[in-house]
Amino acid sequence: MNDSPVLRVRNLTRRFAAGVVLKSLDLTIERGEFVALLGRSGSGKTTLLRTLAGLDEVSEGDVQVSPESTVVYQEPRLFPWKRVWHNVALGVRTPDARRRAEAALGEVELAHRLNAWPLTLSGGEAQRVALARALIREPELLLLDEPFASLDALTRTRMQGLVGDLWARHRPAVLLVTHDIDEALLLADRVLVLSEGRLEADLRVDLPRPRDDGETRFVHLRRTLRTALGVTDKQAIAA
Amino acid sequence: MLDAVLAQGSRIGLGGNARTTTGQVAPRPRRALHLHLGSMRRLVSPLLLLAVWQAASSTGLVSAQTLASPLQIMLTARDLLNDGTLTHNLAVSLVRAGVGLGLAIVIGVSLALVAGLSRIGEDLVDAPIQMLRTIPVLALVPMFILWFGIGEMPKILLVTLGATFPIYLNLYKGIRAIDPKLLEAARTLGLTHGETVRHVILPGALPDLLVGLRFSVGISWLMLVVAEQVNANAGIGHMMMDAEDFLRTDIILVGMLVYALFGLASDQGVRLLERRLLVWRPQAHRRG
Repeated sequence: MNDSPVLRVRNLTRRFAAGVVLKSLDLTIERGEFVALLGRSGSGKTTLLRTLAGLDEVSEGDVQVSPESTVVYQEPRLFPWKRVWHNVALGVRTPDARRRAEAALGEVELAHRLNAWPLTLSGGEAQRVALARALIREPELLLLDEPFASLDALTRTRMQGLVGDLWARHRPAVLLVTHDIDEALLLADRVLVLSEGRLEADLRVDLPRPRDDGETRFVHLRRTLRTALGVTDKQAIAA
Repeated sequence: MLDAVLAQGSRIGLGGNARTTTGQVAPRPRRALHLHLGSMRRLVSPLLLLAVWQAASSTGLVSAQTLASPLQIMLTARDLLNDGTLTHNLAVSLVRAGVGLGLAIVIGVSLALVAGLSRIGEDLVDAPIQMLRTIPVLALVPMFILWFGIGEMPKILLVTLGATFPIYLNLYKGIRAIDPKLLEAARTLGLTHGETVRHVILPGALPDLLVGLRFSVGISWLMLVVAEQVNANAGIGHMMMDAEDFLRTDIILVGMLVYALFGLASDQGVRLLERRLLVWRPQAHRRG
């Protein structure tokens, strides 16, 4: 095992016809590091994630991403014509793929849904299958694109706990794209704020886990991040 | 009239969509009972019509040369079955329809895969097919007789030609309509191109292929009706044309009945296939 970062971005610029979305961005993620990327909609976080996932071309700058990386999207994106275990095992080219898929599904507490069809799953279940599908690939880097955004509040809290546990157990590096400040502070070692194509803040979160969102330092960090995002307390309540 | 039916058939074939045509939900028990009564009620007027028809024939109001009576049709059907005429002609027709449709499936699926899976294929294949499909296939009957004579070849090829288009058009559309988000997922999961085609694109396009198949089956019978009435020496259509010479309206009507029954049966067959192959869709799941 080497110690080189799993992700290194230098001077990444991304232009669309409408303007510059990413402006000479630098970013490094070390092995096993949990990084959250905050940004308002339109800040370029989706563009950045798509570039890191290899879905968009890099035209300006240098991007090096570990080949052992995978993505969990906001929607589960399961293949509806494959049973749950097959969705997880798809593309796993070892003879014990099925057994590993079952183990991965066990880890996300879906051992009882192995043979279900994806369209019969609830939103939370489907997203857990998507997590298992990422997990089975033993990624060095896990890219999470607002994976909890379309879940209800209760399910979201449980999913956050699950992701925290899985990360603690398998230790992939994680880049979690989110617009939820508390989610970022609950899970991440480092929180980045992307604003108008630049990283405006890079905050270390040295709080012991599991974290308490009422604790003084947590509250302080939340306030700092709100300021960085340009959200006042009043706006936050209104939202 | 045939042209009109064909035009309508292919129009539906083009716009057909599996996701809307099978979006039925299994009825609950009480509704099923209600439906049962409803379908019983729906039988009343056809039965009444049959009775009037029989009465008109029996009283001599309608002569047998104009329209045979329902009873006569049944008796004729029995006779034709007993002396082997119907069975023989039916076998000939079934082979023509089966071989023609089989060829259409092979050709239609191959062309759709070429056009759907590669840009070059799309340019080379899709443009000529889109042009060809505007020609009414039945207008080609004289050409086919000139090219292929009057044997089995022109009849089978006519079926093939008519049935290829719905298969091609629906499968091609299905391949192109695969959710790009699923294709992205396949990429970020590290699937190879071959794996993506096999596990994502083909199963995703299968519902559309089956819609195409359903239209093709219907069109096969339609093409057969025309093909067999031109210079055939066997087949249901030939049997009907022969009967025309002897003013045997009963035999003609038996032939129509057979065509109708086979059209219905083959349509049910494809529906069954859909239920088997598309179990992953929740509605199909609940029903079967």
